[in-house]
Amino acid sequence: MEIDLSVNTDLVNNLLTRFIRSEITRTGYSKAVLGLSGGIDSALVAYLAVEALGAENVLCVRMPYKTSSQDSLDHAQLIIDELNVPSLTIPITEMADGLIDKYPDMSKMRKGNIMARCRMITLYDQSEAFKGLVLGTGNKTESLLGYSTIFGDAACAINPIGDLFKTQVRQLSRALKIPAPIVDKPPSADLWLGQTDEQELGFTYEEVDRLLYLIVDQRYSPLECIEEGFDKLFVDTVGERIRRNHYKRIMPPIAKISSRTAGSDFLYLRDWGT
Amino acid sequence: MKFTLSLAQTAPKLGDLAHNLAEHLALIRSAAEQKADLIIFPELSLTGYNLQDLASTVSIKAVAEDAVFGKLLQASSSIDVIVGFVEEGPRQQQYISAAYLSKGQLVHIHRKVYLPTYGIFDERRYFAAGDSFRAFDTRFGRVGMLICEDFWHVSSPYALWMDGADLMYFISASPGRGVTDEVIGSAAWVENITRSYSGLFTTFVAHSNRVGFEDGLNFWGGSTVHDPDGKILLKAPYDDKSLTLATIDLNQLRRTRTRLPLLRDERPDLLVKELNRIQREKETK
Repeated sequence: MEIDLSVNTDLVNNLLTRFIRSEITRTGYSKAVLGLSGGIDSALVAYLAVEALGAENVLCVRMPYKTSSQDSLDHAQLIIDELNVPSLTIPITEMADGLIDKYPDMSKMRKGNIMARCRMITLYDQSEAFKGLVLGTGNKTESLLGYSTIFGDAACAINPIGDLFKTQVRQLSRALKIPAPIVDKPPSADLWLGQTDEQELGFTYEEVDRLLYLIVDQRYSPLECIEEGFDKLFVDTVGERIRRNHYKRIMPPIAKISSRTAGSDFLYLRDWGT
Repeated sequence: MKFTLSLAQTAPKLGDLAHNLAEHLALIRSAAEQKADLIIFPELSLTGYNLQDLASTVSIKAVAEDAVFGKLLQASSSIDVIVGFVEEGPRQQQYISAAYLSKGQLVHIHRKVYLPTYGIFDERRYFAAGDSFRAFDTRFGRVGMLICEDFWHVSSPYALWMDGADLMYFISASPGRGVTDEVIGSAAWVENITRSYSGLFTTFVAHSNRVGFEDGLNFWGGSTVHDPDGKILLKAPYDDKSLTLATIDLNQLRRTRTRLPLLRDERPDLLVKELNRIQREKETK
């Protein structure tokens, strides 16, 4: 099968900006807050949000840690300047180190999670201060692979790009003329020096998106993916990542005791009454 | 004979009957002022689509005594109205229904037969299924109504065609899926089949679809009217609320069916015979 992940960028841009506008305004809000990392995902969300809500209604927050690269900060600033949005720079070093310093042997993973969650706290605080909802900036690829911190960077009120694969994020970002240095640089969580996503994951987004598209969107079995030319180990690894990280994509299970329980038989949309 | 139909592309508030009723009444007034003879609202226009546990709390009986339904009946004294709502059945079951109202009277109710329960849909969990496809007479000709998934099954409009429907009114809450082409994938699909039906059944087909979002789902609008030649008479905008009007020239039925007598030559008796045989063979296997 020919694997073509390309989307009609006009159609998607239109759909996502209307989604942002609808989901923010129907709850009585008119503004949004997001963390701007300097990477492509949050840059794209910022562009979409500005189109949806107007620049003055989108607060972009830079939240560097002491090891964050200068490039990340500069690229985030580039977006802020391009879009002419209100912005804040709130370093998280002090708050993160308050915990990190208590554990001299702390692993990189723990530190990374703490940073992601400090940013979540900061954004939700700004959400209240700015009276805007927090926009998620996680894409479909990282959600499926579980390449995110639960209650950290994954926390948000709504997520406009959660059903776009990373390669589709790139396609849409190019169409929206997001500056090339941001679109073209290697993706990085920038949790430690020199980190890149693809190095840490062990494969490129280009490769894994093609496989995820077959598994998820087209319902291919692992065997059918291998028949399409994907390496068995790659198929198994990705399949296992999807399964193991599913908990990050759903609400935590509640022990069923009563006759009606949220999540199982007390079911309403979030948009109930709006 | 000519008449004017209008399509109301609305974005209902989920579960808010009072709000949606007020909007219906305003649109009925507006359509009447524009000299429309009929207004067609989308599927579940009174309630919103993905109701889940709201289904039982927003259900109403289709009787004049019901506060909401009674208002709609009254409003139908000016122009005919097709409305989508949750109907409370006689034994406390809920149906996804479409009601045709005219001159203050309930003319016909269609209860959605095919309740999609797969992928993004979960209708069978909350709703009872209807069990008939019936055409009915209106002051503007013989009509058949279908609700969304009903017309994805080719047998449904076929049955209405055989029952005499010259005007098919389809109402939907169709969520968009597929973003590779210029038009949303599910929109292109629905447009293809509604147009095909109009040409194959040589009937008028009007499709009224809602707009707006419910959680992550987007409803694409793009309501249409096709004539018996498959020609598009009206195309409402994608995504936006609208009230659009089309003039229906019922004489087109005669002109088209003279040129292309598919209806005259259709063999429902043959179909029944073959279906009976197929059923028999299935049972004996």
